[in-house]
Amino acid sequence: MKKSPFHFLTYVLVIGAYAALQVLQARGGLSSSLRGMLVPICAYVVMAVSLNLTVGVLGELSLGHAGFMSVGAFLGTSTAIALQDAVPVPAVRLTIALIVAALFAAIAGFLIGIPVLRLNGDYLAIVTLAFGEIIKAIFNNLYLGVDGKGVHISLLEDTTRTAETGRLIIQGPMGIGGIQKISTFTAGFILIMISLIVIFNLVNSRAGRAIMAIRDNHIAAQSVGVNIIKYKMMAFVTSAALAGSAGALFAMNYSTVVANKFDFNTSILILVFVVLGGLGNMLGSIIAAAVLTILPEALRPIAEYRMLLYAVLLIVMMLTANHPFVRAFFNRFRQTGRLRLEADGDEEREAV
Amino acid sequence: MKKKLLCALLALAMLFALAACSGAPAEEPSTGDNTETNAGEEPAPDSGESGEEEAQLSGETGEEPGGETSNEASQPTDAPAPAGNAFKLGGTGPLTGGAAIYGNAAKNGAQIAVDEINASDSPIKFELRYEDDAHDAEKAVNAYNALKDWGMQISLGSVTSKPAEATSAESFADNIFSLTPSASSTATIAGKDNVFQMCFADPNQGTASAEYIGSQNLGSKIAVIWKSDDVYSKGIRDTFLEEADAQGLQVVSDQTFSDGNATDFSVQLNDAKTNEADLVFLPMYYEPASLILAQASAMGYAPKWFGVDGMDGILTMQGFDASLAEGVMLLTPFNADSTDEATVKFVTEYEKRFGEKPNQFAADAYDCVYAYCQALTAANATPDMDAATINGLMKEQFTTMTFYGLTGTESGLTWDASGAVSKSPKGMVITNGAYVGMD
Amino acid sequence: MNFIIQFVNSLTSGGGAYQFLNHILNGISLGSVYAIIALGYTMVYGIAKMLNFAHGDVIMVGAYVCFYTFGALRLPGPLAPLLAVCAAAAVCTLLGVTIEKLAYKPLRSAPSLAVLITAIGVSYFLQNAALLLWSSSPKVFPNFFVLRTVDASGETAVLRSIQFGSLSISFVTIVTIVSCIVIMLALTWFTGRTKMGKAMRACSEDKAAAQLMGIDVNATISLTFAIGSGLAAIAGALLCSAYPNLVPTTGSMPGIKAFTAAVFGGIGSIPGAFLGGLLLGVLEIFAKAYISVQLSDAVVFAVLIIVLLVKPTGLLGRTIREKV
Repeated sequence: MKKSPFHFLTYVLVIGAYAALQVLQARGGLSSSLRGMLVPICAYVVMAVSLNLTVGVLGELSLGHAGFMSVGAFLGTSTAIALQDAVPVPAVRLTIALIVAALFAAIAGFLIGIPVLRLNGDYLAIVTLAFGEIIKAIFNNLYLGVDGKGVHISLLEDTTRTAETGRLIIQGPMGIGGIQKISTFTAGFILIMISLIVIFNLVNSRAGRAIMAIRDNHIAAQSVGVNIIKYKMMAFVTSAALAGSAGALFAMNYSTVVANKFDFNTSILILVFVVLGGLGNMLGSIIAAAVLTILPEALRPIAEYRMLLYAVLLIVMMLTANHPFVRAFFNRFRQTGRLRLEADGDEEREAV
Repeated sequence: MKKKLLCALLALAMLFALAACSGAPAEEPSTGDNTETNAGEEPAPDSGESGEEEAQLSGETGEEPGGETSNEASQPTDAPAPAGNAFKLGGTGPLTGGAAIYGNAAKNGAQIAVDEINASDSPIKFELRYEDDAHDAEKAVNAYNALKDWGMQISLGSVTSKPAEATSAESFADNIFSLTPSASSTATIAGKDNVFQMCFADPNQGTASAEYIGSQNLGSKIAVIWKSDDVYSKGIRDTFLEEADAQGLQVVSDQTFSDGNATDFSVQLNDAKTNEADLVFLPMYYEPASLILAQASAMGYAPKWFGVDGMDGILTMQGFDASLAEGVMLLTPFNADSTDEATVKFVTEYEKRFGEKPNQFAADAYDCVYAYCQALTAANATPDMDAATINGLMKEQFTTMTFYGLTGTESGLTWDASGAVSKSPKGMVITNGAYVGMD
Repeated sequence: MNFIIQFVNSLTSGGGAYQFLNHILNGISLGSVYAIIALGYTMVYGIAKMLNFAHGDVIMVGAYVCFYTFGALRLPGPLAPLLAVCAAAAVCTLLGVTIEKLAYKPLRSAPSLAVLITAIGVSYFLQNAALLLWSSSPKVFPNFFVLRTVDASGETAVLRSIQFGSLSISFVTIVTIVSCIVIMLALTWFTGRTKMGKAMRACSEDKAAAQLMGIDVNATISLTFAIGSGLAAIAGALLCSAYPNLVPTTGSMPGIKAFTAAVFGGIGSIPGAFLGGLLLGVLEIFAKAYISVQLSDAVVFAVLIIVLLVKPTGLLGRTIREKV
């Protein structure tokens, strides 16, 4: 992983895929189905690589990643709606919304990180799950309205009274409706590239080495003077911020978004991308996210057996990938160095 | 370490999936004429998926899932083959997941109507396809796009409200006419001139219920239990409270539940009981309602119950103890126990095929297909028209025609330009396990 | 702030004490169901060190088997429910062992995350298989626990609860609470006193060492899955008796809540799962009653977080010393 050729390969493949899809789209070679999935795929890719930073690089299992997506989706979209008249250019509005989403998600990540990162293993995982559910419950009961006097917020009951004077943006369990669809594939591509640049630079920096040292052995890392909380927090907050912008990108691709979308199942779905793509392996996450998003859609022709086959494929993929023979076969590539990281990640997991 | 293997594996999975994808169109006779929905795009199902996988894609042909696709393909061909001269009618609904019951009911109801029409001598023939949206806006848009690739000309929208909000925005942008059987929120049709509803909008029901309770003096202290994350439930409850105020009804308890905690209602029922509510209003679907009735009975609480059209279906739940629902009042546009000829025919056919009684979702979807049939006939539409042309014709027809169906009253249904239907619910009371008209 | 006022008001108002008792009762009833499910989670976790996310769906399968057997049997008296539960337990035990053999055993040496994802795959599989097998329309689970009395006029009255003054307790509640306590005691006895149970504990401490001592680790793990899944069947029957709606997704939400309960009490600990389940149930009902129904889940999870911050291994969990 430390060797840049692998990073380079990732960049090249992502750019290549983007270019190929753009050409195909221009020539009308993409089905509506696939065109409709381009933006969600981008959002899921960013979700997957950002979660991979927490799970693969930092080595802490998070079951509440969709919570950050939710924060970004709601606050980013609200920003975009509030700015609808002030900023007429969609691209600029989208950029501002994505940045605001990342900021709020980062703040949420920081606040949640304070208690979460003091715990270990499965207990940490359950607390992230708990926070994910809490975020969902809050957005399910949050009313946010904007009018001439500014922003009004209320919980549980709508007391903002902005329905008459301005616009009630977040309507509790009804979520946000009437969203202008301003997310584009190009924006998604740029977001993926930014995420990769951020993550690769973090991993390659001094901080990144500290983070991986914590993952491999936090006691040893602490004994040589690594500030555990600081570096854990750095990875966690970065991961949250990227997830937040992914959430905003996702939400603004549909005309409506509800809090229940970002539940435990979505967190798990992202985790599936990460594990299937390989811990610490960003390219793997990207491919897994893209393929597993398309797979259920591609299985539509088999109608009612679709999700059953999807489940079977998921199990078979996990079993094959972890078959001793297959593992031994791929272990031979360890010496090449570039795959060392995820191998180490596996060992660490076994030790837990 | 596992990267390469996984890539290969995932690619393999894709390959199977795409093989499945390309297998299906091969079985359907190619229509040849222009059934494309949008100009300038080919529905090439297996051309260049994600860029990364291109290398593996070239090698695949339709090899694997012939057996499974035949299952899907066999359903529409139950009736005399519509082949290339049928209208492609598509809809999305939750066929899997927690809300699957509603989607499957709508799908089954529509299928019966399509088969009946195709078997009749009507000049209009349909080819129906329902796609799963798992009650999720994202998947609904995916399902909608899959239908577009298939060549959908007219749409049955989505079954549930939130997904319908997302797909109706798409179908408005694409100029595909949409008539949803059951997505009753006002946001579904708001601002879209080509999205129509077969069910009445939520606010209507709340007002009607409160009026009914007030005028019949059914209760003085009212409790409301509603589902906070359901547009349907919230819409009804909001207008109910407004009208209850106007009717001088006293609402003593206003309690909610949501998806995550829709099993235990002891708190809500206790609140209603301690506040001495003598009538409990349940603006919700019959699934949670059946739990509420059972739990109330277990705790020995027996107020009057008043439901809305979503309550219809409670008597047909397998294993439901009908004595629990004795005396429950509800407003519903459809009654599976009705003795008129059309209803009996539909219910018999539905029971024969699917082994259970149809609920209002099935009836609404059944009506949708017949309404389409009537409108298409009147407009002299032909299957070789593109979606946008049909869209224009349908907008004209639906705002002018009167339709007589299973749901609604003897005077027929009409639609206004906003897409809302004129329907008035009928008051029913459950007596000895069957509906009896209240008036 | 108004919910605090509401809270104070409701405690001090006339029916406060009666309400309070009622809520405690409902909480314990809900908690007992969570506890039985959590016991299954905790057993499997203690030994296989894996979060078996498919556990909730095994419950669902158990409930369906119970429902159909009961419907098919048509026997009078208490025999039919008993047989139905036995059949469900048998099917679930078999199912649990099969899942373990096919999906989890090949991954014994794999990273724990791989097993977690496989478990999720199994969960999807069971839900969708149930959807195909038993359709999406909800089944109303029969209430096993009723008393049929014939009064003077010859009318049969169905009694579902007993009254203590104005407080009514349904039979389901009583049966659930009693069976939960019995199961917890039985499991504690089993793991503490029997040879098999001791083997289980040994495996949970150190698999390699256990093997060296002549314990068949694979058989022990299979046995654990068998017991866990059998319990799931009972939990399914009780869950659906209390909340009689049966759909293919019935098991998922109680599954997650029970998992939380297991962690709450200290995952791997049998009394912990019992305590965690009960507390979670009571907490949930109290949050609904005195704070807000919509925020009840948030409150429950917030309490969980606070508990874990104070006691990082749950209420009764053991602290494992880390070696460098």
